[in-house]
Amino acid sequence: MKPFTYERARSPAEAAAAAARQPGAKFIAGGTNLLDLMKLQIEAPAHLIDVNGLALDKIEPMPEGGLRIGALVRNTDLAADQRVRRDYGVLSRALLAGASGQLRNKATTAGNLLQRTRCPYFYDTAQPCNKRQPGSGCSAIGGVTRQHAVIGSSEACIATHPSDMAIAMRALDAVVETVKADGATRRIPIAEFHRLPGETPHIETSLEAGEFITAVTLSPPLGGRQFYRKVRDRASYAFALVSVAAVMQRDGTGRVALGGVAHKPWRVEAAEAELPRGAKPAMAAILDGARPTDDNAFKVTLAERTLASVLAEARG
Amino acid sequence: MKFDTPATNNPIDQLKIVGKPVDRIDGPRKTTGTAPYAYERHDVAPNQAYGYVLGSGIAKGRVTAMDTAAARAAPGVVAIVTTLDMPRLEKGAMNTAWLFGGPDIQHYHQVIAVVVAETFEQARDATAMIRVSYAREPGRFDLAAEAPNAQLAAADSGEGSGAAHEERTGDFEGAFAQAPVTLDATYTTPDESHAMMEPHSSIAAWEGDKLTVWTSNQMIAWGKRDLAKTLGIPAENVRLDSPYVGGGFGGKLFLRADAVLAALGARAARRPVKLALTRPLVANNTTHRPATIQRVRIGAERDGRITAIAHESTSGDLPDGKPETAVSQTKLLYAGANRLTAMRLAVLDLPEGNAMRAPGEAPGLMVIEIAMDEMAEKLGMDPVEFRIVNDTQVDPEHPQRPFSQRQLIQCLRQGAERFGWSRRNATPGRRREGNWLVGMGVAAGFRNNLVMKSGARVRLDGSGGVTVETDMTDIGTGSYTVIAQTAAEMMGVALEKVTVRLGDSSFPVSAGSGGQWGGNSSTAGVYAACVKLREAVAQRLGFNSAEAEFTDGQVRAGNRSAPLGQAAGADGLVAEDHIEYGDLGERFQQSTFAGHFVEVAVDVATGETRVRRMLAVCAAGRILNPKSARSQVIGAMTMGVGAALMEELAVDKRHGFFVNHDLAGYEVPVHADIPHQEVIFLDEVDPISSPMKAKGVGELGLCGVGAAIANAMYNATGVRLRDYPMTLDKMIDRLPEVA
Ligand SMILES: Cc1cc2nc3c(=O)[nH]c(=O)nc-3n(C[C@H](O)[C@H](O)[C@H](O)COP(=O)(O)OP(=O)(O)OC[C@H]3O[C@@H](n4cnc5c(N)ncnc54)[C@H](O)[C@@H]3O)c2cc1C
Ligand code: SF4
Repeated sequence: MKPFTYERARSPAEAAAAAARQPGAKFIAGGTNLLDLMKLQIEAPAHLIDVNGLALDKIEPMPEGGLRIGALVRNTDLAADQRVRRDYGVLSRALLAGASGQLRNKATTAGNLLQRTRCPYFYDTAQPCNKRQPGSGCSAIGGVTRQHAVIGSSEACIATHPSDMAIAMRALDAVVETVKADGATRRIPIAEFHRLPGETPHIETSLEAGEFITAVTLSPPLGGRQFYRKVRDRASYAFALVSVAAVMQRDGTGRVALGGVAHKPWRVEAAEAELPRGAKPAMAAILDGARPTDDNAFKVTLAERTLASVLAEARG
Repeated sequence: MKFDTPATNNPIDQLKIVGKPVDRIDGPRKTTGTAPYAYERHDVAPNQAYGYVLGSGIAKGRVTAMDTAAARAAPGVVAIVTTLDMPRLEKGAMNTAWLFGGPDIQHYHQVIAVVVAETFEQARDATAMIRVSYAREPGRFDLAAEAPNAQLAAADSGEGSGAAHEERTGDFEGAFAQAPVTLDATYTTPDESHAMMEPHSSIAAWEGDKLTVWTSNQMIAWGKRDLAKTLGIPAENVRLDSPYVGGGFGGKLFLRADAVLAALGARAARRPVKLALTRPLVANNTTHRPATIQRVRIGAERDGRITAIAHESTSGDLPDGKPETAVSQTKLLYAGANRLTAMRLAVLDLPEGNAMRAPGEAPGLMVIEIAMDEMAEKLGMDPVEFRIVNDTQVDPEHPQRPFSQRQLIQCLRQGAERFGWSRRNATPGRRREGNWLVGMGVAAGFRNNLVMKSGARVRLDGSGGVTVETDMTDIGTGSYTVIAQTAAEMMGVALEKVTVRLGDSSFPVSAGSGGQWGGNSSTAGVYAACVKLREAVAQRLGFNSAEAEFTDGQVRAGNRSAPLGQAAGADGLVAEDHIEYGDLGERFQQSTFAGHFVEVAVDVATGETRVRRMLAVCAAGRILNPKSARSQVIGAMTMGVGAALMEELAVDKRHGFFVNHDLAGYEVPVHADIPHQEVIFLDEVDPISSPMKAKGVGELGLCGVGAAIANAMYNATGVRLRDYPMTLDKMIDRLPEVA
């Protein structure tokens, strides 16, 4: 761990201003991802801005019927919230499928969105990695890639985004609210929040330097039956091989987002028209253009079968 | 005491304390966090500095230069020792890979430097500042690719399993060719990591040329000898102390880099140094269970009798390494007149392969017990019956050697009854519950019983208290407790009157903890010392030692009795002895047996396999403490779940290292993976084994579990997998359509 300086932010705008002032500054929320990465010197911020004292830990109803989730709401609290459980079951289920009870007690809504990949080569600092060290090369390509992306990847990076929560939020079309150093706020639809790796896998979101997340908002409830099906090698405490977040209506229409397959939560709205025709055509459209490796080609079949299972449950 | 004739009646047979499910005496210390593990022994030496080790970033080649200037200038740094500072160190007798010194790199994460600093964070930060230049060389990292070059090789795991490079009985090829029903199949098992909770850690302190290392090690005497040899100092100048070990599973049988680098760091820093290996180094710097490619051929008559059985295994290791003894159990498990076993070793430039819980038998049974299931199906026989038909009460290669005890049939029959085996549908893929395909599987468990020379010292004090000292270790197994039970039974005192001190190399040399020999052998050593102490007590109190009875803190003979403590006198009374073994082990085959039964459910859509219930019926001699024995067995069964379903060190075949080198990437079972587990111990006493009439049990609990799960998966799905771990990607294409 590199030595760093530390401050406690007093308001979101101040946090953003402080981050813009100090080169190499980072916000710290639950710390469950950032601290691990600092110990390995994968992240080496010169300055930490602790945002835990900010009063962003509330879940509030929105005038038009949705929910506004403060950036610091802990994963445990979000999953347990009555309104979330009733109206956004996919989100509650996704949260509970992630990490462990202890981690969820610390992990925050904003931190979860910004957690970094679990590519094992990213974690081994003796290995080249474009995400960790831009331009150094990608060790995963040609190596052990069972966990890696099957779609939307590039020659520079084939990592996946590991969040469960974000997959559900993508299905719900959540919006990320931020404040910038100059005090300006913006609302970023989650579809535009995470990026594909392209040539710059180290740039993972559309946030600008110092931009601070204040909340995530959900539109009014969609109704329907909501599913989060996470497939993994052990029963708990493992990242998804593939996950399916689905909101299904009685008439067979619905929304589907996939985890474990891409550098960002993967949703193809146009493909959802195929849902009433079944998992095969729907998944063929969702994963159209997939370029899996030998190690992870199974994910394409697995995604289709998992969706089929979810659709069967939705019908039943 | 020499043990060379079967045990007769002795004080242990009273079973007042031995054989009772008493709680572990170290339990309160462990659950309250007051049992200090090696890294936590802040009080043993003043002014401890922190060491951090740097592992090589290449798998094969040379370190050409190391720039340590920035690291030396970093805050808090006290000393740095690099591999270029000294020639390659001598290797310990038990080590295959070099532990330190010289420019040559033999495997990934070989230690190339230790940085000592005032704080852990400073040491870690400075380590990252060292700039290393390498000259890479191509290496051999792919077992399947190197297998054609593998050479026949004999080996002994050192832990109870072993085989000649090739062993033949009768005419295997002829009998196999003639057999009406045959199987010829090839299976693979992956590299596995011990993944124990406590990483390898040591604190080292020099006083002049005398070195003390507080460490975490299963085999104190080996560690002391090999540390002295590695450092080139006399063994009498080295003391090791390891009273608590946070899991080892074979990973701490041998001297590892933590002890060596702590000692070198402490010498350079001129003060005590503590260090622990990081998780990635546990995978790539220490030892692992090597991967195997195993071929099994079985030929049988239509009535199920095996006429020909062959088991061949290929594994890899560094130069001068040894093969995984995966064929060992096949020499003894089933009858059959025509037999062949062979082991082949390929040279690989991966980290050192070596013992991991039940080396040889664990991966060997994972394979042979699937083959038996496949064969039973070909024969149209129930897999339990097929095994029973082929039971043998003698060593099939040397029929004049009987088993000292062999209750495999009883294990299987009782297990089948208890588990509800009759409800299994013999046709696979037929039982469906909602989204789950449900199946049952069985496998035989087999693990040799090894006996080892073991010593102890017992001291009686004036209050009738007994203190036992031996360098035996408790790696979470319950050694403290069974040793205390033994001393209490022998001396006729309550358990609370016994104090047990373990793990210090200044104590008498014990069997240590390995190869499931520890419980039986170390308590037999304590038995021997107690026999001596009883004689000394009787003599002091004027009793005829043959007649004296030791009960309730009293010594009695005829109508006279005296308090035990009275014999101690002012200075206490001390006796020391060891147990050593004659040729009973050659005259009799000593092994332990189990029947493992498993029910699994496989998600019909995703192929996720979840174990539903498990049963192990074990025949393993006298069970010294049913509670700690059960804990050993359920822990081992859990390891079997890991081996069957998820554990695999993934090899990067280009760069030669285990990629998933932390506990996020190397998955072992979590609570949610472990359902109902039941363990039954058959009544057994084995007087051939030791005066305790006990045998090993810890590793038996693992042997066969993986195959029982694999067989249950087949029964559930009809998809036969032959490559571990049996993850969903290997069967997803062969599962039924999802509606
Ligand atoms: C062992 C383990 C297992 C896990 N398993 C899972 C799993 O199965 N599924 C899953 O989804 N997740 C899993 N996680 C990840 C976990 O969900 C994340 O670590 C957690 O959500 C991060 O939240 P945090 O508040 O601790 O973030 P931090 O570590 O505090 O921060 C993460 C990042 O977010 C930035 N940040 C934090 N708050 C803000 C803000 N308000 N505005 C802008 N930037 C901000 C930080 O600067 C940092 O870069 C696991 C983690 C661990 C350690
Ligand atoms: S896949 Fe991405 S994160 Fe992984 S090594 Fe390649 S560049 Fe790095």
